[in-house]
Amino acid sequence: MQPFTYSAANEARDATRLAAADGGARYLAGGTTLVDLMKLHVEQPTQLIDINALPLAEVTELPDGTVRVGAMVRNSDLAHNAIIRARYPVLSQALLAGASGQLRNMATTGGNLLQRTRCLYFRDTAMPCNKREPGSGCSAIDGHNRGHAILGTSEACIATHPSDMAVALIALDARVRILGPNRERVIPLGELHRLPENHPEVETTLEQGELITALEIAPLPFAAHSLYLKVRDRASFAFALASAAVALEVRDGIVRDARVALGGVATKPWRSRDAEDALRGAPTSVESFRAAAEVALAGARPRRDNGFKVELAQRTLVRALTRLQRVGDRAHQ
Amino acid sequence: MAADEKAVVPYPWYLAPGPVLIPFTEAGSVGMGTGREDAVAVEVGLRINGTTRRLALDPRTTLLDALREHLRLTGAKKGCDHGQCGACTVHVNGRRVLSCLTLAIAAQGQEVTTIEGLADGEVLHPMQQAFLDRDGFQCGYCTPGQIMSAVALLLEPCGPDDDDVRECMSGNLCRCGAYPNIIAAIQDIRAGHS
Repeated sequence: MQPFTYSAANEARDATRLAAADGGARYLAGGTTLVDLMKLHVEQPTQLIDINALPLAEVTELPDGTVRVGAMVRNSDLAHNAIIRARYPVLSQALLAGASGQLRNMATTGGNLLQRTRCLYFRDTAMPCNKREPGSGCSAIDGHNRGHAILGTSEACIATHPSDMAVALIALDARVRILGPNRERVIPLGELHRLPENHPEVETTLEQGELITALEIAPLPFAAHSLYLKVRDRASFAFALASAAVALEVRDGIVRDARVALGGVATKPWRSRDAEDALRGAPTSVESFRAAAEVALAGARPRRDNGFKVELAQRTLVRALTRLQRVGDRAHQ
Repeated sequence: MAADEKAVVPYPWYLAPGPVLIPFTEAGSVGMGTGREDAVAVEVGLRINGTTRRLALDPRTTLLDALREHLRLTGAKKGCDHGQCGACTVHVNGRRVLSCLTLAIAAQGQEVTTIEGLADGEVLHPMQQAFLDRDGFQCGYCTPGQIMSAVALLLEPCGPDDDDVRECMSGNLCRCGAYPNIIAAIQDIRAGHS
């Protein structure tokens, strides 16, 4: 681990000024990604700004029904929050499908969004990696890429975004509240993460010093009928090979509205509006779900070891929709 | 000095009180980089098992290394050192966390409980006794982490079935494969008969 200076922030704006003035500064929240990668010399901050004392650990409801989740709310607390469980079960399920009990107690909402890829080449400083060392090349494209992305990739990078939580949040159209030294802004979550394209080292649209302070989820009544399904190599404590976050609004056997997002297969949390369009107006049949799944994976670009993910992701999505539909049918009987 | 405080643990390169500049000529802390860099030791106050401990630490020191290498509390184990095995599990403010991914300097002001702080004198914590009664270990390396995780689990919203416990305990690996007996020990305590 490289040496760093440490300070604990008491005030968010002060923290952003400190971080904006130093390109080597990083915020320390739960530390579950950052400390891990510092030990591997993948992350080498020269300054750590501890934001654990900032008053950002509340889940509150705004007058218009929007739920605001402070960036320092721990994953376990968010998963078990009564409002989240009732209105956005897909989010609670996604959180509980991720990591372990200990990690969920540490990891924060903001930090989860900014967690780095699990690509083995990114984590190994002996190997070329465009994300870690721009221009050095991508070891995964012609290497061991069973866990890598098939959607949103480029010739420079095929690293998978590992978050479960972010997949549920992007299905829910969450917005991200961001504080900088001079301004505060709110952006759709879909505009936070960048596709790798030619600059996989630039993962988000955050500027140096900007701090995620909260997530905001607007009311979406049919999200009370939502589900997260994750497929992985072992039953628990593993990253997704494929996952699906789905919400359905059904009347008289017809899908009136739908939300579809995929995890484990893309370079960023992946919303499939094409699949949603395919579902809208369609009957709630396995055939409709299969058609939507084909559309969702239409742009897939598999590599040597991860071709199985195309069908796996399709089946995961079909099963998620089918299971959700069965739950709905039972509820209406 | 308050009654519950212990003196700074003397360490060859930390004899001077307060922040001191120390050129590190070798790794100051196990597994913490090359140690060739210059680093500044800072005074860190930790609450461990109800006692305040003051240490002069390289800011890079994890809570796990502070416990094991500086305070001689070797109950928490270093398995993977990357948050994947759970052997280093301790409680911070009553919640189970991984001490290998926690910087000691960031744990100041928090109540840390380790396996050494679980028993009441010579009387074992019921979960410790249940692990003995059920033979919930073989080599014992993962056991402190398993027990710390199991004790915290009692206060978490974990479902009633064995499968629920398996899911809740998935962050603690046991390469001996003592899982069936670990589950039995935990379920004994949850059922109220220990």
